Amino acid sequence: MPIDKVKATPRLGWQSLRGHPTALIALAVFLLIVLLCLLGPLFASQSFADGDLSIGATPPSANHWFGTDTLGRDLWVRTLYGGRISIAVGFAASLVALGVGLLYGMIAGYAGGRLDAWMMRFVDVLYALPFIIIVILLTVILGRSLLLLFIAIGLVEWLTMARIVRGEVRRLKQQAFVEAARACGAKVPRIFLRHLLPNLLAPVIVYTTLTIPAVMLLESVLSFLGLGVQPPMSSWGSLIKEGAERLDVYPWMLLFPALFFATTLLTLNFLGDALRDILDPRGNDGA
Amino acid sequence: MRQLLLRRLAQAIPTIWVIATLTFVLLRLAPGGPFDEEVEVPDEIRAQMAAHYGLDQPLPLQYLRFLGNLLRGDLGPSFKYPGWNVHELIAQGIPVSLELGLLAMIVAFALGIPAGIIAALCHRRIGDSAVMLFALLGICLPSFVLAPLLLLVFSSWLGWFQPLGWSTAGDRVLPMLTLGLFYAAYIARLSRSGMLEVLQQDYIRTARAKGASEHRVILIHATRTALYPVVTFLGPAFAGVISGSFVIETIFFLPGLGTQFVNAALNRDYTMVMGTVLFYAALILAFNLLADLIQAWLQPKTRDANR
Repeated sequence: MPIDKVKATPRLGWQSLRGHPTALIALAVFLLIVLLCLLGPLFASQSFADGDLSIGATPPSANHWFGTDTLGRDLWVRTLYGGRISIAVGFAASLVALGVGLLYGMIAGYAGGRLDAWMMRFVDVLYALPFIIIVILLTVILGRSLLLLFIAIGLVEWLTMARIVRGEVRRLKQQAFVEAARACGAKVPRIFLRHLLPNLLAPVIVYTTLTIPAVMLLESVLSFLGLGVQPPMSSWGSLIKEGAERLDVYPWMLLFPALFFATTLLTLNFLGDALRDILDPRGNDGA
Repeated sequence: MRQLLLRRLAQAIPTIWVIATLTFVLLRLAPGGPFDEEVEVPDEIRAQMAAHYGLDQPLPLQYLRFLGNLLRGDLGPSFKYPGWNVHELIAQGIPVSLELGLLAMIVAFALGIPAGIIAALCHRRIGDSAVMLFALLGICLPSFVLAPLLLLVFSSWLGWFQPLGWSTAGDRVLPMLTLGLFYAAYIARLSRSGMLEVLQQDYIRTARAKGASEHRVILIHATRTALYPVVTFLGPAFAGVISGSFVIETIFFLPGLGTQFVNAALNRDYTMVMGTVLFYAALILAFNLLADLIQAWLQPKTRDANR
Protein backbone atom coordinates (compact mmCIF):
# COMPACT_ATOMS: atom_id res chain seq x y z
CA MET A 1 0.00 0.00 0.00
CA PRO A 2 1.44 3.35 -0.94
CA ILE A 3 2.12 5.62 1.96
CA ASP A 4 -0.16 8.55 1.49
CA LYS A 5 0.24 11.84 3.18
CA VAL A 6 -1.72 11.81 6.39
CA LYS A 7 -2.98 15.18 7.35
CA ALA A 8 -2.14 15.92 10.96
CA THR A 9 -5.20 16.14 13.14
CA PRO A 10 -5.72 19.84 13.77
CA ARG A 11 -5.28 20.83 17.37
CA LEU A 12 -7.89 22.70 19.27
CA GLY A 13 -6.80 25.48 21.55
CA TRP A 14 -7.16 29.12 22.35
CA GLN A 15 -4.77 29.86 19.53
CA SER A 16 -7.11 28.48 16.93
CA LEU A 17 -10.13 30.31 18.30
CA ARG A 18 -8.30 33.61 18.13
CA GLY A 19 -9.07 33.99 14.45
CA HIS A 20 -12.77 33.66 15.20
CA PRO A 21 -13.85 36.59 17.36
CA THR A 22 -17.54 35.72 17.05
CA ALA A 23 -16.81 32.24 18.34
CA LEU A 24 -14.93 33.65 21.33
CA ILE A 25 -17.77 36.02 22.14
CA ALA A 26 -20.26 33.18 21.68
CA LEU A 27 -18.24 30.98 24.03
CA ALA A 28 -18.06 33.75 26.63
CA VAL A 29 -21.79 34.45 26.46
CA PHE A 30 -22.60 30.77 26.66
CA LEU A 31 -20.34 30.26 29.68
CA LEU A 32 -21.92 33.29 31.31
CA ILE A 33 -25.39 31.80 30.84
CA VAL A 34 -24.24 28.45 32.21
CA LEU A 35 -22.69 30.14 35.26
CA LEU A 36 -25.83 32.17 35.85
CA CYS A 37 -28.00 29.06 35.68
CA LEU A 38 -25.71 27.16 38.04
CA LEU A 39 -25.02 29.87 40.60
CA GLY A 40 -27.94 32.29 40.25
CA PRO A 41 -30.56 30.21 42.07
CA LEU A 42 -28.18 29.76 45.06
CA PHE A 43 -28.48 33.45 45.89
CA ALA A 44 -32.23 33.69 45.36
CA SER A 45 -34.61 34.05 48.26
CA GLN A 46 -37.32 31.96 46.57
CA SER A 47 -37.09 28.47 45.17
CA PHE A 48 -38.44 27.73 41.70
CA ALA A 49 -41.64 26.18 43.03
CA ASP A 50 -42.47 28.70 45.79
CA GLY A 51 -45.00 31.29 44.79
CA ASP A 52 -46.80 34.12 46.46
CA LEU A 53 -50.33 33.66 45.19
CA SER A 54 -51.41 37.00 46.62
CA ILE A 55 -49.26 38.97 44.16
CA GLY A 56 -49.97 36.84 41.07
CA ALA A 57 -48.22 37.93 37.90
CA THR A 58 -46.25 41.12 38.42
CA PRO A 59 -44.01 42.92 35.94
CA PRO A 60 -40.24 43.06 36.54
CA SER A 61 -39.36 44.92 39.73
CA ALA A 62 -36.51 45.29 42.20
CA ASN A 63 -37.68 42.22 44.13
CA HIS A 64 -38.39 40.09 41.10
CA TRP A 65 -36.01 41.04 38.33
CA PHE A 66 -37.89 39.18 35.65
CA GLY A 67 -41.32 39.61 37.28
CA THR A 68 -43.46 36.73 38.51
CA ASP A 69 -45.74 34.25 36.81
CA THR A 70 -49.47 33.79 37.43
CA LEU A 71 -48.79 31.75 40.58
CA GLY A 72 -46.51 34.48 41.92
CA ARG A 73 -43.35 32.44 41.33
CA ASP A 74 -40.19 34.37 40.69
CA LEU A 75 -39.41 34.26 36.99
CA TRP A 76 -35.70 35.00 37.35
CA VAL A 77 -35.27 31.87 39.45
CA ARG A 78 -37.54 29.84 37.22
CA THR A 79 -35.72 30.94 34.09
CA LEU A 80 -32.37 29.94 35.58
CA TYR A 81 -33.73 26.63 36.84
CA GLY A 82 -35.27 26.03 33.43
CA GLY A 83 -31.87 26.76 31.93
CA ARG A 84 -30.28 24.14 34.17
CA ILE A 85 -32.72 21.53 32.91
CA SER A 86 -32.50 22.56 29.26
CA ILE A 87 -28.71 22.69 29.28
CA ALA A 88 -28.47 19.46 31.26
CA VAL A 89 -30.75 17.70 28.78
CA GLY A 90 -28.69 19.15 25.96
CA PHE A 91 -25.42 17.83 27.33
CA ALA A 92 -26.66 14.52 28.72
CA ALA A 93 -28.56 13.52 25.62
CA SER A 94 -25.66 14.60 23.43
CA LEU A 95 -23.36 12.37 25.49
CA VAL A 96 -25.71 9.42 25.05
CA ALA A 97 -25.77 10.17 21.32
CA LEU A 98 -22.01 10.50 21.27
CA GLY A 99 -21.43 7.17 23.01
CA VAL A 100 -23.91 5.15 21.00
CA GLY A 101 -23.05 6.79 17.69
CA LEU A 102 -19.31 6.48 18.18
CA LEU A 103 -19.44 2.79 19.01
CA TYR A 104 -21.97 1.97 16.32
CA GLY A 105 -20.17 3.94 13.65
CA MET A 106 -16.76 2.52 14.55
CA ILE A 107 -18.01 -1.04 14.45
CA ALA A 108 -19.84 -0.56 11.16
CA GLY A 109 -16.99 1.32 9.53
CA TYR A 110 -14.27 -1.03 10.74
CA ALA A 111 -16.14 -4.24 9.99
CA GLY A 112 -17.17 -3.16 6.52
CA GLY A 113 -18.84 -5.63 4.19
CA ARG A 114 -22.22 -7.07 4.90
CA LEU A 115 -22.36 -6.15 8.60
CA ASP A 116 -21.67 -2.53 7.70
CA ALA A 117 -24.32 -2.60 4.98
CA TRP A 118 -26.98 -3.95 7.35
CA MET A 119 -26.06 -1.64 10.19
CA MET A 120 -26.21 1.40 7.94
CA ARG A 121 -29.44 0.23 6.34
CA PHE A 122 -30.97 0.23 9.82
CA VAL A 123 -29.80 3.81 10.33
CA ASP A 124 -31.31 4.75 6.97
CA VAL A 125 -34.65 3.29 8.00
CA LEU A 126 -34.78 5.35 11.18
CA TYR A 127 -33.69 8.37 9.20
CA ALA A 128 -36.86 8.09 7.17
CA LEU A 129 -38.75 9.63 10.08
CA PRO A 130 -38.17 13.07 11.56
CA PHE A 131 -36.38 12.69 14.90
CA ILE A 132 -39.18 14.31 16.86
CA ILE A 133 -41.67 11.66 15.74
CA ILE A 134 -39.39 8.89 17.00
CA VAL A 135 -38.81 10.74 20.26
CA ILE A 136 -42.55 11.22 20.76
CA LEU A 137 -43.07 7.52 20.06
CA LEU A 138 -40.36 6.68 22.61
CA THR A 139 -41.81 9.00 25.26
CA VAL A 140 -45.22 7.39 24.78
CA ILE A 141 -43.70 3.98 25.35
CA LEU A 142 -41.12 4.80 27.99
CA GLY A 143 -43.22 7.23 29.99
CA ARG A 144 -42.50 10.81 30.87
CA SER A 145 -39.65 11.34 33.26
CA LEU A 146 -36.62 13.51 32.92
CA LEU A 147 -34.22 10.58 32.73
CA LEU A 148 -36.29 8.87 30.07
CA LEU A 149 -36.35 12.12 28.14
CA PHE A 150 -32.53 12.16 28.11
CA ILE A 151 -32.52 8.59 26.89
CA ALA A 152 -35.21 9.03 24.26
CA ILE A 153 -33.51 12.04 22.73
CA GLY A 154 -30.08 10.43 22.95
CA LEU A 155 -31.43 7.31 21.27
CA VAL A 156 -32.37 9.38 18.24
CA GLU A 157 -29.54 11.83 17.91
CA TRP A 158 -26.89 9.13 17.65
CA LEU A 159 -27.92 8.37 14.09
CA THR A 160 -26.05 11.24 12.48
CA MET A 161 -23.04 10.68 14.73
CA ALA A 162 -22.92 7.05 13.63
CA ARG A 163 -22.93 8.07 9.98
CA ILE A 164 -20.14 10.60 10.44
CA VAL A 165 -17.96 8.25 12.48
CA ARG A 166 -18.48 5.39 10.08
CA GLY A 167 -17.42 7.53 7.14
CA GLU A 168 -14.28 8.67 8.93
CA VAL A 169 -13.37 5.17 10.09
CA ARG A 170 -13.71 3.83 6.58
CA ARG A 171 -11.32 6.50 5.40
CA LEU A 172 -8.83 5.98 8.24
CA LYS A 173 -8.92 2.21 7.97
CA GLN A 174 -7.23 2.36 4.60
CA GLN A 175 -4.31 4.40 5.85
CA ALA A 176 -0.89 3.00 6.50
CA PHE A 177 -0.78 3.49 10.25
CA VAL A 178 -3.84 1.35 10.85
CA GLU A 179 -2.46 -1.26 8.50
CA ALA A 180 0.82 -1.16 10.41
CA ALA A 181 -0.89 -1.50 13.77
CA ARG A 182 -2.78 -4.51 12.50
CA ALA A 183 0.40 -6.01 11.08
CA CYS A 184 2.03 -5.65 14.51
CA GLY A 185 -0.77 -7.74 15.94
CA ALA A 186 -2.72 -5.03 17.73
CA LYS A 187 -6.12 -6.21 18.88
CA VAL A 188 -9.29 -4.49 17.68
CA PRO A 189 -10.04 -2.61 20.94
CA ARG A 190 -6.52 -1.25 20.91
CA ILE A 191 -6.84 -0.11 17.32
CA PHE A 192 -10.13 1.55 18.18
CA LEU A 193 -8.81 3.35 21.23
CA ARG A 194 -5.24 4.19 20.30
CA HIS A 195 -5.34 4.60 16.56
CA LEU A 196 -8.83 5.46 15.41
CA LEU A 197 -10.29 7.45 18.29
CA PRO A 198 -7.67 10.22 18.40
CA ASN A 199 -8.17 10.78 14.70
CA LEU A 200 -11.92 10.88 15.08
CA LEU A 201 -11.85 13.62 17.70
CA ALA A 202 -12.12 16.55 15.31
CA PRO A 203 -15.34 15.61 13.51
CA VAL A 204 -16.81 14.19 16.70
CA ILE A 205 -16.20 17.38 18.68
CA VAL A 206 -17.65 19.50 15.90
CA TYR A 207 -20.72 17.39 15.57
CA THR A 208 -21.28 17.13 19.32
CA THR A 209 -21.18 20.91 19.61
CA LEU A 210 -23.84 21.12 16.95
CA THR A 211 -25.89 18.33 18.54
CA ILE A 212 -26.29 20.16 21.84
CA PRO A 213 -28.42 23.01 20.46
CA ALA A 214 -30.37 20.56 18.30
CA VAL A 215 -31.15 18.49 21.38
CA MET A 216 -32.12 21.57 23.38
CA LEU A 217 -34.49 22.61 20.61
CA LEU A 218 -36.01 19.13 20.56
CA GLU A 219 -36.43 19.15 24.33
CA SER A 220 -38.07 22.55 24.29
CA VAL A 221 -40.49 21.53 21.56
CA LEU A 222 -41.46 18.45 23.56
CA SER A 223 -41.86 20.47 26.75
CA PHE A 224 -43.85 23.02 24.81
CA LEU A 225 -46.21 20.28 23.66
CA GLY A 226 -46.50 19.00 27.22
CA LEU A 227 -44.58 15.81 26.42
CA GLY A 228 -41.28 16.80 28.02
CA VAL A 229 -40.45 18.22 31.43
CA GLN A 230 -43.47 18.04 33.72
CA PRO A 231 -44.57 20.76 36.17
CA PRO A 232 -43.68 22.06 38.70
CA MET A 233 -40.24 21.70 37.14
CA SER A 234 -39.50 24.10 34.38
CA SER A 235 -37.39 24.02 31.28
CA TRP A 236 -37.07 26.84 28.81
CA GLY A 237 -39.57 25.06 26.58
CA SER A 238 -42.25 24.81 29.28
CA LEU A 239 -41.63 28.40 30.43
CA ILE A 240 -42.02 29.63 26.87
CA LYS A 241 -45.26 27.67 26.64
CA GLU A 242 -46.60 29.32 29.80
CA GLY A 243 -45.49 32.69 28.50
CA ALA A 244 -46.96 32.16 25.05
CA GLU A 245 -50.36 31.41 26.52
CA ARG A 246 -50.49 34.74 28.34
CA LEU A 247 -48.48 36.88 26.00
CA ASP A 248 -50.95 39.72 25.55
CA VAL A 249 -51.39 40.21 29.31
CA TYR A 250 -48.04 39.28 30.83
CA PRO A 251 -45.48 39.66 28.01
CA TRP A 252 -42.49 39.33 30.35
CA MET A 253 -43.41 35.70 30.96
CA LEU A 254 -42.44 34.93 27.37
CA LEU A 255 -39.75 37.53 26.89
CA PHE A 256 -37.12 36.42 29.39
CA PRO A 257 -37.14 32.64 28.87
CA ALA A 258 -37.29 33.14 25.11
CA LEU A 259 -34.39 35.57 25.21
CA PHE A 260 -32.21 33.18 27.21
CA PHE A 261 -33.17 30.26 25.04
CA ALA A 262 -32.59 31.99 21.71
CA THR A 263 -29.26 33.41 22.90
CA THR A 264 -28.06 30.00 24.02
CA LEU A 265 -29.03 28.39 20.72
CA LEU A 266 -27.35 31.17 18.80
CA THR A 267 -24.08 30.99 20.73
CA LEU A 268 -23.86 27.21 20.48
CA ASN A 269 -24.51 27.32 16.75
CA PHE A 270 -21.85 30.00 16.27
CA LEU A 271 -19.42 27.95 18.31
CA GLY A 272 -20.14 24.78 16.37
CA ASP A 273 -19.70 26.54 13.03
CA ALA A 274 -16.39 28.05 14.12
CA LEU A 275 -15.12 24.72 15.42
CA ARG A 276 -16.04 23.16 12.11
CA ASP A 277 -14.02 25.81 10.31
CA ILE A 278 -11.02 25.18 12.54
CA LEU A 279 -11.07 21.42 12.87
CA ASP A 280 -12.63 20.27 9.68
CA PRO A 281 -11.74 22.77 7.00
CA ARG A 282 -12.73 20.41 4.23
CA GLY A 283 -16.31 20.99 5.34
CA ASN A 284 -17.11 17.36 4.81
CA ASP A 285 -20.03 15.96 6.70
CA GLY A 286 -18.75 12.43 6.58
CA ALA A 287 -21.76 11.14 4.70
CA MET B 1 -36.10 7.42 -14.80
CA ARG B 2 -38.17 4.29 -14.39
CA GLN B 3 -35.13 2.46 -13.03
CA LEU B 4 -34.76 5.14 -10.40
CA LEU B 5 -38.43 4.90 -9.50
CA LEU B 6 -38.27 1.13 -9.13
CA ARG B 7 -35.09 1.25 -7.09
CA ARG B 8 -36.52 3.82 -4.71
CA LEU B 9 -39.74 1.84 -4.34
CA ALA B 10 -37.71 -1.27 -3.58
CA GLN B 11 -36.06 0.70 -0.76
CA ALA B 12 -39.24 2.33 0.52
CA ILE B 13 -41.31 -0.80 1.03
CA PRO B 14 -38.85 -2.61 3.34
CA THR B 15 -38.40 0.66 5.21
CA ILE B 16 -42.12 0.87 5.95
CA TRP B 17 -42.11 -2.77 6.97
CA VAL B 18 -39.22 -2.29 9.40
CA ILE B 19 -40.83 0.81 10.91
CA ALA B 20 -44.14 -1.03 11.23
CA THR B 21 -42.45 -3.97 12.94
CA LEU B 22 -40.44 -1.73 15.24
CA THR B 23 -43.50 0.22 16.35
CA PHE B 24 -45.44 -3.00 16.85
CA VAL B 25 -42.71 -4.51 19.03
CA LEU B 26 -42.14 -1.28 20.96
CA LEU B 27 -45.81 -0.87 21.74
CA ARG B 28 -46.17 -4.45 22.92
CA LEU B 29 -43.14 -3.95 25.17
CA ALA B 30 -44.61 -0.80 26.64
CA PRO B 31 -45.45 -1.03 30.32
CA GLY B 32 -49.14 -1.07 31.15
CA GLY B 33 -52.02 -1.99 28.91
CA PRO B 34 -53.88 0.41 26.67
CA PHE B 35 -56.90 0.23 28.97
CA ASP B 36 -55.16 1.36 32.14
CA GLU B 37 -57.62 3.93 33.42
CA GLU B 38 -58.03 5.59 36.75
CA VAL B 39 -61.08 3.41 37.38
CA GLU B 40 -60.39 -0.19 38.34
CA VAL B 41 -62.00 -2.48 35.73
CA PRO B 42 -63.15 -6.01 36.69
CA ASP B 43 -61.10 -8.80 35.19
CA GLU B 44 -63.96 -10.17 33.05
CA ILE B 45 -64.50 -6.82 31.38
CA ARG B 46 -60.79 -6.42 30.84
CA ALA B 47 -60.68 -9.86 29.19
CA GLN B 48 -63.65 -8.95 27.03
CA MET B 49 -62.03 -5.74 25.91
CA ALA B 50 -58.80 -7.57 25.15
CA ALA B 51 -60.74 -10.10 23.10
CA HIS B 52 -62.57 -7.31 21.28
CA TYR B 53 -59.27 -5.74 20.24
CA GLY B 54 -57.68 -9.12 19.51
CA LEU B 55 -55.11 -8.72 22.28
CA ASP B 56 -55.79 -12.17 23.76
CA GLN B 57 -54.25 -13.98 20.81
CA PRO B 58 -50.63 -15.12 20.61
CA LEU B 59 -48.20 -12.39 19.62
CA PRO B 60 -47.14 -13.80 16.23
CA LEU B 61 -50.79 -14.05 15.21
CA GLN B 62 -51.41 -10.48 16.40
CA TYR B 63 -48.42 -9.38 14.35
CA LEU B 64 -49.62 -11.13 11.20
CA ARG B 65 -53.11 -9.71 11.60
CA PHE B 66 -51.61 -6.28 12.11
CA LEU B 67 -49.55 -6.58 8.93
CA GLY B 68 -52.53 -7.93 7.00
CA ASN B 69 -54.71 -5.04 8.12
CA LEU B 70 -51.92 -2.62 7.32
CA LEU B 71 -51.85 -3.85 3.72
CA ARG B 72 -55.51 -2.96 3.43
CA GLY B 73 -54.86 0.44 4.94
CA ASP B 74 -56.63 -0.50 8.16
CA LEU B 75 -54.72 0.75 11.18
CA GLY B 76 -57.06 -0.71 13.76
CA PRO B 77 -59.36 0.91 16.30
CA SER B 78 -58.36 3.87 18.44
CA PHE B 79 -57.98 2.88 22.07
CA LYS B 80 -59.09 6.22 23.45
CA TYR B 81 -61.87 7.16 21.06
CA PRO B 82 -64.13 4.10 21.14
CA GLY B 83 -65.96 3.50 17.91
CA TRP B 84 -63.36 5.31 15.81
CA ASN B 85 -60.77 3.65 13.66
CA VAL B 86 -57.34 5.19 13.44
CA HIS B 87 -57.51 5.65 9.70
CA GLU B 88 -60.80 7.51 10.06
CA LEU B 89 -59.21 9.88 12.57
CA ILE B 90 -56.24 10.39 10.26
CA ALA B 91 -58.56 11.03 7.32
CA GLN B 92 -60.22 13.74 9.39
CA GLY B 93 -57.04 15.53 10.28
CA ILE B 94 -54.97 15.19 7.15
CA PRO B 95 -56.72 17.74 4.87
CA VAL B 96 -55.94 20.55 7.31
CA SER B 97 -52.37 19.39 7.84
CA LEU B 98 -51.65 18.89 4.15
CA GLU B 99 -53.03 22.28 3.25
CA LEU B 100 -51.02 23.94 6.01
CA GLY B 101 -47.89 22.02 5.00
CA LEU B 102 -48.17 22.88 1.32
CA LEU B 103 -48.86 26.55 2.04
CA ALA B 104 -45.84 26.64 4.35
CA MET B 105 -43.66 25.03 1.67
CA ILE B 106 -44.84 27.64 -0.82
CA VAL B 107 -43.97 30.40 1.66
CA ALA B 108 -40.58 28.83 2.28
CA PHE B 109 -39.59 28.49 -1.36
CA ALA B 110 -41.28 31.66 -2.63
CA LEU B 111 -39.56 33.80 -0.02
CA GLY B 112 -36.34 31.85 0.41
CA ILE B 113 -35.19 31.48 -3.19
CA PRO B 114 -35.53 35.13 -4.28
CA ALA B 115 -34.04 36.30 -0.99
CA GLY B 116 -31.06 34.01 -1.42
CA ILE B 117 -30.49 35.03 -5.04
CA ILE B 118 -30.71 38.72 -4.18
CA ALA B 119 -28.26 38.20 -1.32
CA ALA B 120 -25.83 36.47 -3.67
CA LEU B 121 -26.11 39.22 -6.26
CA CYS B 122 -25.25 41.91 -3.69
CA HIS B 123 -22.57 39.76 -2.14
CA ARG B 124 -20.87 41.49 0.79
CA ARG B 125 -23.09 44.53 0.48
CA ILE B 126 -26.01 45.78 2.52
CA GLY B 127 -28.65 43.63 0.79
CA ASP B 128 -26.64 40.52 1.50
CA SER B 129 -26.16 41.32 5.16
CA ALA B 130 -29.81 42.21 5.62
CA VAL B 131 -31.04 38.97 4.11
CA MET B 132 -28.53 36.90 6.06
CA LEU B 133 -29.43 38.64 9.31
CA PHE B 134 -33.08 37.78 8.79
CA ALA B 135 -32.12 34.24 7.84
CA LEU B 136 -30.14 33.88 11.05
CA LEU B 137 -33.05 35.24 13.09
CA GLY B 138 -35.46 32.92 11.31
CA ILE B 139 -33.29 29.93 12.10
CA CYS B 140 -32.68 30.81 15.74
CA LEU B 141 -36.23 31.87 16.62
CA PRO B 142 -38.14 28.68 17.30
CA SER B 143 -41.65 28.67 15.84
CA PHE B 144 -43.15 28.49 19.32
CA VAL B 145 -41.63 31.87 20.08
CA LEU B 146 -42.37 33.39 16.69
CA ALA B 147 -46.01 32.29 16.61
CA PRO B 148 -47.05 34.02 19.86
CA LEU B 149 -45.20 37.15 18.78
CA LEU B 150 -46.97 37.24 15.42
CA LEU B 151 -50.26 36.56 17.20
CA LEU B 152 -49.63 39.44 19.57
CA VAL B 153 -48.86 41.90 16.80
CA PHE B 154 -51.29 40.90 14.05
CA SER B 155 -54.13 39.50 16.08
CA SER B 156 -54.22 41.30 19.44
CA TRP B 157 -52.83 44.70 18.45
CA LEU B 158 -53.75 45.14 14.81
CA GLY B 159 -56.73 42.80 14.79
CA TRP B 160 -56.07 41.65 11.23
CA PHE B 161 -56.45 37.94 11.83
CA GLN B 162 -58.35 35.61 14.11
CA PRO B 163 -56.09 34.05 16.73
CA LEU B 164 -57.44 30.56 16.00
CA GLY B 165 -59.64 28.61 13.63
CA TRP B 166 -59.35 27.33 10.10
CA SER B 167 -62.38 28.61 8.20
CA THR B 168 -61.48 31.75 6.25
CA ALA B 169 -58.49 32.47 4.03
CA GLY B 170 -57.23 34.91 6.66
CA ASP B 171 -56.98 32.08 9.18
CA ARG B 172 -54.30 30.49 7.04
CA VAL B 173 -51.93 33.44 6.97
CA LEU B 174 -50.31 33.30 10.38
CA PRO B 175 -49.94 29.51 10.64
CA MET B 176 -48.41 29.22 7.17
CA LEU B 177 -46.05 32.11 7.85
CA THR B 178 -44.79 30.77 11.17
CA LEU B 179 -44.32 27.31 9.75
CA GLY B 180 -42.77 28.51 6.51
CA LEU B 181 -40.44 31.27 7.70
CA PHE B 182 -37.94 28.93 9.34
CA TYR B 183 -37.50 27.00 6.11
CA ALA B 184 -37.51 30.20 4.08
CA ALA B 185 -34.49 31.25 6.14
CA TYR B 186 -32.77 27.95 5.52
CA ILE B 187 -33.56 27.98 1.81
CA ALA B 188 -32.30 31.55 1.52
CA ARG B 189 -28.95 30.40 2.87
CA LEU B 190 -28.87 27.41 0.55
CA SER B 191 -29.74 29.33 -2.60
CA ARG B 192 -27.33 32.12 -1.69
CA SER B 193 -24.37 29.77 -1.40
CA GLY B 194 -25.49 27.85 -4.49
CA MET B 195 -25.72 31.07 -6.48
CA LEU B 196 -22.36 32.38 -5.26
CA GLU B 197 -20.70 29.19 -6.35
CA VAL B 198 -22.35 29.11 -9.76
CA LEU B 199 -21.57 32.74 -10.55
CA GLN B 200 -17.86 31.91 -10.53
CA GLN B 201 -18.20 29.11 -13.05
CA ASP B 202 -16.69 29.38 -16.49
CA TYR B 203 -19.94 28.90 -18.33
CA ILE B 204 -21.37 32.01 -16.69
CA ARG B 205 -18.41 34.01 -17.95
CA THR B 206 -18.96 32.44 -21.38
CA ALA B 207 -22.60 33.42 -21.32
CA ARG B 208 -21.68 36.97 -20.44
CA ALA B 209 -18.90 37.04 -23.02
CA LYS B 210 -21.20 36.03 -25.81
CA GLY B 211 -23.35 39.01 -24.89
CA ALA B 212 -26.25 37.52 -22.99
CA SER B 213 -28.05 40.13 -20.94
CA GLU B 214 -27.44 40.07 -17.20
CA HIS B 215 -31.06 39.08 -16.59
CA ARG B 216 -30.70 36.17 -18.93
CA VAL B 217 -27.45 35.06 -17.35
CA ILE B 218 -28.91 35.12 -13.86
CA LEU B 219 -32.37 33.77 -14.54
CA ILE B 220 -31.66 31.21 -17.25
CA HIS B 221 -28.05 30.13 -16.90
CA ALA B 222 -27.23 30.48 -13.25
CA THR B 223 -30.48 29.85 -11.43
CA ARG B 224 -31.10 26.40 -12.77
CA THR B 225 -27.81 25.07 -11.43
CA ALA B 226 -27.82 27.23 -8.33
CA LEU B 227 -31.14 25.81 -7.24
CA TYR B 228 -29.86 22.27 -7.26
CA PRO B 229 -28.95 22.24 -3.54
CA VAL B 230 -32.34 23.83 -2.86
CA VAL B 231 -34.13 21.01 -4.63
CA THR B 232 -32.27 18.41 -2.58
CA PHE B 233 -33.71 20.21 0.42
CA LEU B 234 -37.30 19.51 -0.74
CA GLY B 235 -37.43 16.17 1.05
CA PRO B 236 -36.01 17.35 4.40
CA ALA B 237 -38.16 20.48 4.22
CA PHE B 238 -41.29 18.40 3.86
CA ALA B 239 -40.34 16.19 6.81
CA GLY B 240 -39.57 19.33 8.79
CA VAL B 241 -42.88 20.95 7.90
CA ILE B 242 -44.66 17.84 9.15
CA SER B 243 -42.89 17.88 12.49
CA GLY B 244 -43.22 21.65 12.69
CA SER B 245 -46.96 21.31 12.26
CA PHE B 246 -47.21 19.68 15.71
CA VAL B 247 -46.31 22.96 17.34
CA ILE B 248 -48.14 25.24 14.91
CA GLU B 249 -51.38 23.30 15.00
CA THR B 250 -51.25 23.23 18.80
CA ILE B 251 -50.69 26.98 19.04
CA PHE B 252 -53.40 27.93 16.56
CA PHE B 253 -55.81 25.18 17.69
CA LEU B 254 -56.06 23.72 14.19
CA PRO B 255 -57.99 20.46 13.79
CA GLY B 256 -55.15 18.75 11.93
CA LEU B 257 -53.24 15.52 12.18
CA GLY B 258 -50.45 17.18 14.18
CA THR B 259 -52.83 18.11 16.97
CA GLN B 260 -54.29 14.63 16.88
CA PHE B 261 -50.85 13.05 17.09
CA VAL B 262 -49.82 15.20 20.04
CA ASN B 263 -53.09 14.50 21.84
CA ALA B 264 -52.74 10.79 21.16
CA ALA B 265 -49.23 10.93 22.62
CA LEU B 266 -50.47 12.84 25.67
CA ASN B 267 -53.31 10.33 26.19
CA ARG B 268 -51.03 7.41 25.38
CA ASP B 269 -53.48 6.20 22.74
CA TYR B 270 -51.13 3.48 21.49
CA THR B 271 -52.85 2.49 18.27
CA MET B 272 -53.41 6.09 17.23
CA VAL B 273 -49.75 6.98 17.84
CA MET B 274 -48.57 3.91 15.96
CA GLY B 275 -50.95 4.48 13.06
CA THR B 276 -49.97 8.13 12.75
CA VAL B 277 -46.25 7.33 12.84
CA LEU B 278 -46.71 4.79 10.06
CA PHE B 279 -48.80 7.20 8.07
CA TYR B 280 -46.18 9.92 8.44
CA ALA B 281 -43.46 7.49 7.37
CA ALA B 282 -45.39 6.56 4.23
CA LEU B 283 -46.14 10.20 3.46
CA ILE B 284 -42.53 11.27 3.87
CA LEU B 285 -41.19 8.39 1.79
CA ALA B 286 -43.67 9.18 -0.96
CA PHE B 287 -42.64 12.80 -0.93
CA ASN B 288 -38.94 11.95 -0.93
CA LEU B 289 -39.56 9.81 -3.98
CA LEU B 290 -41.20 12.75 -5.69
CA ALA B 291 -38.31 15.00 -4.70
CA ASP B 292 -35.82 12.47 -6.09
CA LEU B 293 -37.66 12.41 -9.38
CA ILE B 294 -37.65 16.20 -9.64
CA GLN B 295 -33.95 16.19 -8.83
CA ALA B 296 -33.19 13.59 -11.45
CA TRP B 297 -35.16 15.54 -13.99
CA LEU B 298 -33.21 18.70 -13.22
CA GLN B 299 -29.81 17.07 -13.11
CA PRO B 300 -28.96 14.58 -15.85
CA LYS B 301 -25.85 13.51 -13.93
CA THR B 302 -27.79 11.83 -11.12
CA ARG B 303 -30.25 10.51 -13.64
CA ASP B 304 -27.48 8.63 -15.39
CA ALA B 305 -25.64 7.65 -12.22
CA ASN B 306 -28.74 5.89 -11.00
CA ARG B 307 -29.14 3.87 -14.10
